[in-house]
Amino acid sequence: MPAENDRMGNGSVETHEESQEEASVATSDDHLADLYKKMALIRTFEEATQRGFRQGKIGGYLHVYIGQEAVATGFIDAYKEGDKVITAYRDHAFPLLLGSDPKETMAELYGKRTGLAKGKGGSMHLFDIERGFYGGWGIVGGHVPIGVGMGYALRYNETDQICQLYLGDGAVNIGPFHEAANLAGLWGRDGMNATLFIVENNQYGMGTSVARSTAMTDLSAKFNAYGIENEKVDGMDLEAVLECAHRVTEQVRETGKPYAVEAITYRTAPHGAADFFEKYRTKDEVKKWRERDPIGLLEHKLLERGTLDEDRIEEIKDEMKETIDEVTTFAEESEEPPIEELYTDVYAGEDEYMGEEE
Amino acid sequence: MPEKTYREALREAMSEEMERDDSVVLMGEDIGVYGGTQLVTDGLLDRFGPNRVIDTPISEDGFTGTAVGMAMMGMRPIVEMMTMNFSFLAVDQIVNHAPKVRYFSGGQVEVPLVIRGPNGGGVQLSAQHTHSLESFYGQFPGLKVVAPVTPHDVKGMMLTAIRDPNPVVFLEAGALYGTKGEVPEGDYTVLFGKARIAREGDDVTLISYGRQVNLCLQVADKLNDEDDIKAEVIDLRSLRPFDEETIIESVKKTHRAVAVQEQWRYFGVASEVTAIIQDKAFDYLDAPVKRVSGAEVPGPYARNLELAAFPSEEQVAEAARQVLYLEVV
Ligand SMILES: Cc1ncc(C[n+]2csc(CCOP(=O)(O)OP(=O)(O)O)c2C)c(N)n1
Ligand SMILES: [Mg+2]
Repeated sequence: MPAENDRMGNGSVETHEESQEEASVATSDDHLADLYKKMALIRTFEEATQRGFRQGKIGGYLHVYIGQEAVATGFIDAYKEGDKVITAYRDHAFPLLLGSDPKETMAELYGKRTGLAKGKGGSMHLFDIERGFYGGWGIVGGHVPIGVGMGYALRYNETDQICQLYLGDGAVNIGPFHEAANLAGLWGRDGMNATLFIVENNQYGMGTSVARSTAMTDLSAKFNAYGIENEKVDGMDLEAVLECAHRVTEQVRETGKPYAVEAITYRTAPHGAADFFEKYRTKDEVKKWRERDPIGLLEHKLLERGTLDEDRIEEIKDEMKETIDEVTTFAEESEEPPIEELYTDVYAGEDEYMGEEE
Repeated sequence: MPEKTYREALREAMSEEMERDDSVVLMGEDIGVYGGTQLVTDGLLDRFGPNRVIDTPISEDGFTGTAVGMAMMGMRPIVEMMTMNFSFLAVDQIVNHAPKVRYFSGGQVEVPLVIRGPNGGGVQLSAQHTHSLESFYGQFPGLKVVAPVTPHDVKGMMLTAIRDPNPVVFLEAGALYGTKGEVPEGDYTVLFGKARIAREGDDVTLISYGRQVNLCLQVADKLNDEDDIKAEVIDLRSLRPFDEETIIESVKKTHRAVAVQEQWRYFGVASEVTAIIQDKAFDYLDAPVKRVSGAEVPGPYARNLELAAFPSEEQVAEAARQVLYLEVV
């Protein structure tokens, strides 16, 4: 891992540790302004990844978080030292919020040795275990039981830490989700499952809307079947997310019982780097949701309350651009992984590689 | 040395390690209150309590996945598949999560996980409950795959499996839980990647693993009695890592080899054995290597059909005589 002091480029966005003290003033306007900055960083980062992809500098699949920023930003605000976070492949925002270096995050997408996973995971498999980020998984629903097992381990080890487990609306229809939710509910009866499920209902799994994927479209209510308390939150409204996040994380921490939140949100970007969006949704629909863009919404509130003015907002946006320019330059200029990396990390222990060196 | 059953040896390995190491937990269907369908975990719930001997609902994919999560957090879960046939439900976790995450995270996590359960046929369970999964799981980098056949090895290899920082698929000889053998007291390990010479001989090498090792030993007796042929029998016991060395050394001595497997012929372990021999001991061979495998059919039920579906003494003996260019009667 590159040195600690390389973190966060020009330091324009706080690491999580710094914002920790402010937890008690979770919704104070200053704190909201800080979170606004974080959301702007994520947005700017994601736009840069889209450019990188179009330029052919980022390969594989690319899933951006544009439109959903308030969800992770709100919930990670309630993150405490030792907590764990796990999600699927739409994962760029998480290390950024947990204090990973945006440069290393971008470098991973560029497949460089300076990347979070040394260039071996790419966009879908960001990991930063030191900061509590357990990935970055590519099979829809596959990480859900893994997160539930982590929630068990946290109680087994007698901690009051929790596992924030993010999943998409599409993942709610797959087997492992149901098996894992059942286990979480079961173990939670004895206070043995500190898992907070956060269903990011962005209305679509690729091109399939929630309504076309299940006859029972109330996703939070699905958790009733497993004895898991649940609620919904407006995932576009950071303040609403914050209120919910701080309250429910504390509850899971205290009880060791799982809890589920369905965050109603929207992916204004294409599913991957590009998609056939007009086949499955209308321009009108996207436009309607854009009016409730989480960054725009917060910006509006902060302007109205006088926390920020237009000039300051322009400044923040410029700062973010500058930061991300540096981030992108770093990723572009970093070296590719040395070819020996091909053979490392296959196994833990003495023999990392079992094949024949060709 | 005390004689113990395969089942007892296995239980001893797990329970002794649970005494030593709090991070070891067991999970699976009916392993606690019920004692395990093969009674491997019988009595352990009382000794270690429900947080360490976890009775799960019937949800292989789900509970195997939770074990992956526990392992990533530093616990050492041992997952029982009631039979390995049900591991197909959990293949996504076993092959596409557990053995990959270390690599795609750039080495940031370890997954010290054991997936264990009865494997192979021979007890008339018919098609859906009869599989030998060595080559299936043996295909995936990041996994370790072992198949011990003696009570001695099952204890020593289980201890190695639990302490291994990687996911291990531990294939037990499903038909042999009651067989007895010498098992040392206390802590000893049998390392992975080292085959066992089950019987020494100079004339032909019989290479096998799991239940078929016993068959090969019987054939070795028969060849000795009937034709004064000294067969060497190799028990591979570890498929990944794979011990090429022992095979090659043996073939250099005997110049003839037969690979025997319960699983199907194509793409199986025996094919791998054959390829390795032709690659690394070609000049020592006096005859083409033969394979004896299961018939290319789903496992049948009727006793006579089942017997015909698996390698028999006659088939293996015939293959041995063929590579020795002896008259086959
Ligand atoms: C098991 C599996 N099936 C299919 C895919 C292909 N796929 C990738 S993302 C996706 C949509 C998932 O939607 P959702 O869970 O709502 O997450 P979102 O992309 O909206 O964040 C699909 C079908 C996959 N990765 N895994
Ligand atoms: Mg979705």
